[in-house]
Amino acid sequence: MAAIDGVRRFGTLIARLLGLAGGLAAVGSAKAVDLPENRADLMFHGYDGGGVRATGPALLVRKSMLDRVSLSASYYADMVSNASIDVVTQASPYKETRNEYAVGADYAVRDALISLSASTSREPDYQADAVNLDVSQETFGGMTTVALGFTRARDKVGRKDIGFFDRASHWRYRVGVTQILTPRWLASINAEAVSDDGFLGSPYRAARVFGALVPERNPRTRSGRAVKLRTIGEIADRQSVRAEYRYYWDTWDIRSHTAEAGYARHFGEQWLADAYLRYYSQRRALFYSDNATAETLYVSRNRQLGTFSSVGLGAKLAYTWKRVPGQYEVRLQGALERSRFDFTDFTDIRTGSPYAYDANVVQVFVSATF
Amino acid sequence: MKRALSIVRNAAAVLLAFAALAGCARLQPWVKPYERERLADPVMKLQRDGLSDKHFEHVREVREGSRGATGVQGGGCGCN
Amino acid sequence: MNVKLQTLLRCAAGAWLAAALGLAAGDADATLAAASKAPDFTLPVIGGANLRLQEQRGRVVMVNFWATWCGPCRVEMPHLNRLYDKYRGSGFVLLGVNIDEEPRKAADLAAKLGLRFPVLLDADKKVSRLYDLTAMPSTVLIDRDGRVRYIHRGYRDGFEDTYEKQIRELLKE
Repeated sequence: MAAIDGVRRFGTLIARLLGLAGGLAAVGSAKAVDLPENRADLMFHGYDGGGVRATGPALLVRKSMLDRVSLSASYYADMVSNASIDVVTQASPYKETRNEYAVGADYAVRDALISLSASTSREPDYQADAVNLDVSQETFGGMTTVALGFTRARDKVGRKDIGFFDRASHWRYRVGVTQILTPRWLASINAEAVSDDGFLGSPYRAARVFGALVPERNPRTRSGRAVKLRTIGEIADRQSVRAEYRYYWDTWDIRSHTAEAGYARHFGEQWLADAYLRYYSQRRALFYSDNATAETLYVSRNRQLGTFSSVGLGAKLAYTWKRVPGQYEVRLQGALERSRFDFTDFTDIRTGSPYAYDANVVQVFVSATF
Repeated sequence: MKRALSIVRNAAAVLLAFAALAGCARLQPWVKPYERERLADPVMKLQRDGLSDKHFEHVREVREGSRGATGVQGGGCGCN
Repeated sequence: MNVKLQTLLRCAAGAWLAAALGLAAGDADATLAAASKAPDFTLPVIGGANLRLQEQRGRVVMVNFWATWCGPCRVEMPHLNRLYDKYRGSGFVLLGVNIDEEPRKAADLAAKLGLRFPVLLDADKKVSRLYDLTAMPSTVLIDRDGRVRYIHRGYRDGFEDTYEKQIRELLKE
């Protein structure tokens, strides 16, 4: 209850800030903010880790109309082949497809950019619909950008054998400030409050109590906060480094740290390369247990809520195939990330030792900006 | 320890407010629009490819228990 | 701890926004106001000789500050080219002041875009500071007596019509 109250108060604060931002838009100078550039992306993505394979295409198209509005549409598909440890030890591997469609409009008003978007994600047993509103305002001679955002999502939760049986609702409030520090450095701070209500688990997953499998029992509310600090700077001609840190905490008692460090540089006129290292560590949810030794109101063996850490190494390479400055640019890009997940309190019941797995993420895509 | 932390927090809040109001009138943007050449370079962008970042964030949100403050626009689907 | 951190976040957000509000109000052009004398400058033109603003007295001058890394600047260029061709015979001159750190990039892009008006190079930003630019691109319209008459900050679709209207007005004087 106190958690929801907290989120509501945060929401009132955001509403007031939005009002201020609107006021800023009215007061601001004649300088105008740029609409996002027109672009078209076609991507093929793949994920392989822990027995789960998800691949598929993704498409994004964005075009500005009359120099006032930028419209965008995107499509994303996941063909999932699930043979994860949960599935393999409790049921049998399965395949399914998830489709996600999103449309958005970005409107530039003097120094502010207002973005409105809606998305829907469909799978045979889960449907999620979301609406987002983001306002971004440039102030202080364009050196500071204040961004506020709100997302409202509603899900329908189902199970393959009984159809849709329950719902889940989500609210997200975001605030972010990006500040130019010097002609070569900028920093940003982002904060987000996430609140969920409804069926928040998986109808297929089982928990273990006294060695026996029972259906998991999750609370019907969850409220989390995240704060992220980022900085990026140019250290030498056409080379940059960035560092970010995020701290997350929620009412399920999960605490997590995310740290990422990256380096990017141009090679000649046509190549752009990135490399990064990402570290993530999480402390378990209060009611999470690998094998509960007491009967509690809530119990879950969802390893996503356990204590684990992951280290990932990623690289990205972009090749500018064709560039006409001021007109268009076509780039071919590839990204690869390899990470290792190590669980402290989730045992692999096939071997008896703590579970660990490697995951690979691959992306290949073509981007055109025009 | 807790008390020290709370003192630090209160001090930080006061300092921030003071800094914001005290130097208000005299502070001018110190990086002029014509000095932003380096910041316009793609290597200095925090988010270069929205579709790529969205996919990475989706993978992370499904595998990890944390959500939010990623700077990627548009919430994830929160699917199971 | 939860509540205290929340309070801290609120204080920080509020203070920052208050600062931004206070500073947005003081965002105006300090030194360059309409009807003041246009500060004189001398800059090299791509392809050789120097050009001095004072020598343009008697003509209507439009000074456009641009850079290769500025998107709206590139969108504006064809319109400026067209305006220069249309009114150059009537005593109008357009000076494109480029502020890139590498003049070579400016020359390349000017050639690619087929710019017909003189492109001046202000790599060390002296003239930009002199004119106290608060946006990119910036366009300043100077009348035949060397007075600043109109200042345009940024570029949006439709500005070129305003430019044309103001050029005609100043040419009539």
